[in-house]
Parts: sequence; structure tokens; C-alpha cells
Amino acid sequence: MPSQLVEQYFRADNLPQIWCPGCGHGIITRAIAAAIEQLDLDPNKVCVVSGIGCSSRAPGYLDFNTLHTTHGRALAFATGIKLANPDLKVIVIMGDGDSTAIGGNHFIHACRRNIDITTIIFNNNIYGMTGGQYSPTTPKFDKGTTAPYGNIDKAFDVCDLAGAAGATYVGRATSYHANMVTTLVKNGIMNEGFSLIEAISGCPTYYGRKNKKGGPVDMMKWQKDFAVNVTAAARMTPEQLEGKFLIGEFKNKPEPEYTKEYQRIIDSLKGSDV
Amino acid sequence: MKMKSISSNEVNHGKLIINTEWCKGCGICTAFCPTKAIELIGEKVTVADIDKCTQCGLCELRCPDYAIYVGGKKNEQKG
Amino acid sequence: MSKKVRLMQGNEACVEGAIAAGMMFYSGYPITPSTEIAEISAERLPRIGGKFIQMEDEIAGIAAAIGASLTGVKTMTATSGPGFSLKQENIGYAAIAEIPIVIVDVQRGGPSTGQPTSPAQGDMMQAKWGTHGDHPVIALCPSSVKETFDLTIKSFNLAEKYRMPVLLMMDEVVGHMREKIEIPDSSEIEIINRKKPTCSAEEYLPFKPEANLVPLMADFGTGYRYHVTGLVHDETGFPSNSTQVADDLIRRLMDKVEVNKADIISWEEENTEDADILIFAYGCVARAAKTAIKMLREKGIKVGLFRPITVWPFPEERLIELSKQVKVIIAPEMNLGQMVLEVERLCNKHTKIERLNKVNGEIIYPEEIIAKIQEVL
Repeated sequence: MPSQLVEQYFRADNLPQIWCPGCGHGIITRAIAAAIEQLDLDPNKVCVVSGIGCSSRAPGYLDFNTLHTTHGRALAFATGIKLANPDLKVIVIMGDGDSTAIGGNHFIHACRRNIDITTIIFNNNIYGMTGGQYSPTTPKFDKGTTAPYGNIDKAFDVCDLAGAAGATYVGRATSYHANMVTTLVKNGIMNEGFSLIEAISGCPTYYGRKNKKGGPVDMMKWQKDFAVNVTAAARMTPEQLEGKFLIGEFKNKPEPEYTKEYQRIIDSLKGSDV
Repeated sequence: MKMKSISSNEVNHGKLIINTEWCKGCGICTAFCPTKAIELIGEKVTVADIDKCTQCGLCELRCPDYAIYVGGKKNEQKG
Repeated sequence: MSKKVRLMQGNEACVEGAIAAGMMFYSGYPITPSTEIAEISAERLPRIGGKFIQMEDEIAGIAAAIGASLTGVKTMTATSGPGFSLKQENIGYAAIAEIPIVIVDVQRGGPSTGQPTSPAQGDMMQAKWGTHGDHPVIALCPSSVKETFDLTIKSFNLAEKYRMPVLLMMDEVVGHMREKIEIPDSSEIEIINRKKPTCSAEEYLPFKPEANLVPLMADFGTGYRYHVTGLVHDETGFPSNSTQVADDLIRRLMDKVEVNKADIISWEEENTEDADILIFAYGCVARAAKTAIKMLREKGIKVGLFRPITVWPFPEERLIELSKQVKVIIAPEMNLGQMVLEVERLCNKHTKIERLNKVNGEIIYPEEIIAKIQEVL
């Protein structure tokens, strides 16, 4: 019998999961389940949708209504689910390439619509499933199998992108800060609108090895040492923040939600069909 | 569709329960255990000194493989 | 209730048919010459409590419709050539994940941007082979406004019955043409809904087929928590690396259509009893063929029409029978020879086959068909 959380919210028969030793994705997946547990959501009303890639295998391990879609398209499928049945709590899990490269268009438009979907991007800065190619979040000058001389692309800041595109709740945590992932996902689910939580995940197998970041423990230590909570950062100098990255809640500005707005139109038209 | 036949190689150490079949030996739990109650032996997590375990739950929180978790009330009622 | 008689456009008839069939969700992206389908859906759906959403691109248009279908509602998306190309990956997804959805392609001239407001029939083979991998295909092809209404309903019925994407292959002429149609009373319309499980959630195997090879489909949110994936999967819905599971799944998906062909296939014949010349035509071209037949019959030339209504699966048996009776089959198409490949494959042992092709954005005129017949006689 696994832990109570795993027993209740996971499809334990499908475990152990397929991810590499030390991959942060398992930690983040557990943190999401913990958020669902803490909110005491009805599992029958929870839908978890993913695209393609390492992160996208997460829904297969979770005991909800789960949909593993095509590469980059999770948010488009999820939008259909949510609009067709707004009673469902829709959670989307995407990877960094999945969400910001091939699925970039769906991502910015889901943010813009402010549809009530909570999206967690498992950002491991690499295309893991295909063997370590650089992604839109690979830091500049880092290496991937398709950037053997260093990546010259500028990386996306997923949170800035989401906030600018109109997401009403935005935050970032790491697999080291698993409890913060849970807190942010909980807040995201409670936010009636589009929520984006970036969860920094370590890929020791490809990103770590290619860039000499050490093993799983070293990558977790990096998360611990280089993450600065946004509230603490407000009291720090630019010099102190050099090389660091921010975690915490970045945006929480509720706005009218898409499916509610659509329902308003339906209600205003009641009895008008000819 | 809920499947119940959970295969398990679990060892119950009282304060901690370890599933050696699921453990991939990444070492995250042992590295961040504040009291060094657990260690890696032969690429599997095992208890070093159960008396040192304070059941803080950090191993369970950060185990990517759900292979180690805190025993006791919450988890035992299910067992 | 008295029957409603209305003058309407093919694209409008498509929406009316969809609503009659029970469509409650439409998602799509604007593209000529299908746009009226989106516009009218946007206007009509919220009035009946349904949902319309204009997505950010063609791919999202079909993806949202597939997602919505999983919640138990009937969904449709419409497009034209460039959009049909973009939707192909998710058509395959709906096929392997067995999710009912209707996809309308109001065909225009291609390739690429091609001839946006001109009719064509250039996507007929794409309908069959557009998405990768072996997959089942049902594609219907209307040639009038009334038939667009009827075949849209049939598309929904087949999608629900066989749990798969169904393609409605219109063309610009049929989409934009206006005709008077009689809308039947809802009591006269046959509606098929997907079969849902009645067993307990614990017993539910989401991809275990029934006798007709189609699994029962639970709506998301109703307590049957299951997994849907585009990966090869077993009866539980979870991915499998078993070669046997892969073989069984792909063959069953194909067999859903193959075994049930008699239920799915339909065609129209006109003046075939005594025909020694057969025109093979579909969509708007069949209309020109009918006029040509009328004119030729007046001159005593025995010409008949064979019009596939389901283009995929192809009505093979009847066409082979007819090919043994006629001296020649004339196959006019608004492409450089697509469905004629099927005609040639099936009938060239029995009769002569003559192509008549046009890709300049104009319709094929009856006179052109007559000239072709006179040329080969």
C-alpha cells in the first residue's frame, strides 16, 4: 500500500513512473495531487490534460479524468472541455517546449481568454523525451544536442509571458520547493480564471549532463540556492539578485472569466430561439 | 476504473515506509534528510538510523518516485 | 407541426442539420468558403444553450471540439483546404482515441492558399490519406443544399455510432449555393447517440469493444475516471508497448468501418438500368452530370449516373457491377484525377474509363461532359 496521497489520487498500478532517476516531474506531479487533496476536490470532476513530452506522461498516473493529447495542443483540448462543461475543474500539464514552442499560440490565447484552467508548466529547460534538444526556455549559451556550440536563442520567461498575455494568476516554484508548488496550484485552482504555475524541474539525464550541472541532488541544490522568493527579492539589491531567479506569487488579479461570460450571453438569449 | 492490486515491495520501518521496487536511487531524499536518518545502499534508499527520523516528511515530499513516505496514523489507517 | 420550407445556403443547411442532429458545441477558425458555418453557429448555438468558440488557429479549432466531445456533447468544426491540412494530426487523434466529431471541409482550389473563393474537389484523397498511419475514414459528399442538411445529420449519427471523426466533404458551390429546402419535423429525423456504459466505474473498460467493435463511451465528469491517449493503448486506455495490443487496436479501428460497410455506404444512381455510358460524379459536379444526362437522353443516348454519397468507404461493389454493364465510365472531377483512381482500380478490368478534369476554379459544365461523351463514343 503506498502513501495515502498516492493511494487516493494516483493510479498506483501504473507506477513506478517512467521518468529518469531524479527527474523533478514526479515531485511536481505529487505536489499537484497534494493541492487537489487539500482543496478536497471531487476526483470525478477533475480533468487533467497534457500534450506530448516527459511532463505529459503525468496524467496517466493520476486517477482523474485524464487526457493525453497531441504535442502542444493540451490547452486547446482543455478549452473545449472547460467551455463544454464548466463544472469540471480543468488542470493542464505541459512541458516547456510543449507550451511555449509548438503550443505557444494556444498558450498566449488561453491566457488572453482568462478561461478557468489551471496550467502547470514543468520547465526542465530541455526537450527530454526526444533526447536533449534545446527548448525556448534553455538559458542562453547552454547546450543541447541541437545546440552543440551553445544556444544563441534568448529564453522565454514563461511567467512574464503568461502575465503579459492576460493570465490572472501567475506564480513560480521549483521541485525543491514542492510545498510552494502545492500552494500556488491551490491558489491557481481557486482563481476563477486562467492560472499559470511554472514549476522548475531538473532534468539530470539531458540538461544536467549536457551542461555539467551535476546529478539530481546538485540540480535540487541549485534550485534551493538560486531561487529567491519574490517578497524577499523586493528588499534585495540588483547585485544580490545577480544570477538568481524569482519564485512565489507574481500576479493575482482576477478578471471576468470566459465561460461565465459566455453563460451570460446564453442567459441573455433565453427563449429567443426561432 | 480503479485498480486495486498494488504490487509492492514495501518495508515498514514504523516511522518510515520504503518501497524498494519503486526507488530509483536518485539520492534526493537522503541528501535533504535533515537528520541523516536514511542512506543509499546499492542504489536503494534504506534506513540508517530510524531513531533519528523526526517524520518531518521532506523525503516523502521530494521523492520523485513515491517510494518513501512517513508511516503512522495518516498512512496506516489505509494499510 | 407544419414543415418549415426555407431558402438557404449550403453552409447554412450544414449548421441547421448539425443542430437538428444535436450539435451543442462548435469550435473553429475563419476560412473561406466555410466561414458562414462558423458565423451561423456563433449566432444559433448560444440561443439553444450551446457553445461556440472561435479558436486561435485551425489546429485549436479541431482540438477544442475533440475535448468538448469528451464531456458528452456533439461537436463540429468546419474549414477549407489549408485548414483541413492543419487539422490532419488531430483527425488522427480522434480516430485512435475514438472520439466522435464532425469535420466539414468546404473545398476550394489548392494547393496552399490556391483559389480561396473558387470551387474544387482537390481534398478527396487527403480525406482518405491526410493524417499519418492507418486509420479508419468515413467521408460523405453532398451535392445539394438539402442533401447537405441530411448528410450533416448522417455525419453526426455515424460519428456517434462508430466513435470516430466523420468528414463532410462539401465544395464551394454546394456551400454557397442557395436552394429551397424543406426542413423535416424533428420527429422524422433519425438521431443516433453514442452508447454509454451502464456498468460500475470499477468495471468500466473504456476501450473494450462491444459486438459492433465500438467501445462504450463515458462522459468526462460522470464518475468513470479513465485515460484517453493518442498512444497505442489497450482496453484500459493506458499506453502499451505490446506488439499484439498495437496490432489488435489498429485492426479493430479499421474494422469498425470495414465490417460495418453495409450500414455506412450509400450512393445514388440515376438512369443506370439501361445505361451503356456511366458518369461517375460527386458533389457539385454530379449536378452538371444530371443535366448532361437529361440532354443526352433526349437524343436517345443511354447515359446514367453513379454518385457516391459516402466517398470513403467507397461504394465498390455496386460500381463494379455497373462497370460490367457499361461501355465506358466518364469521371468528371474538379481536380486532376482523384476519385477516378478508385474507379480505375476497381473497374478497368471491365470497362473503359475516361477522365474529365478541371482545376481552373470554374465548375464543370454539362456541355463539357456531353462533349467528352461524344468524343469517346
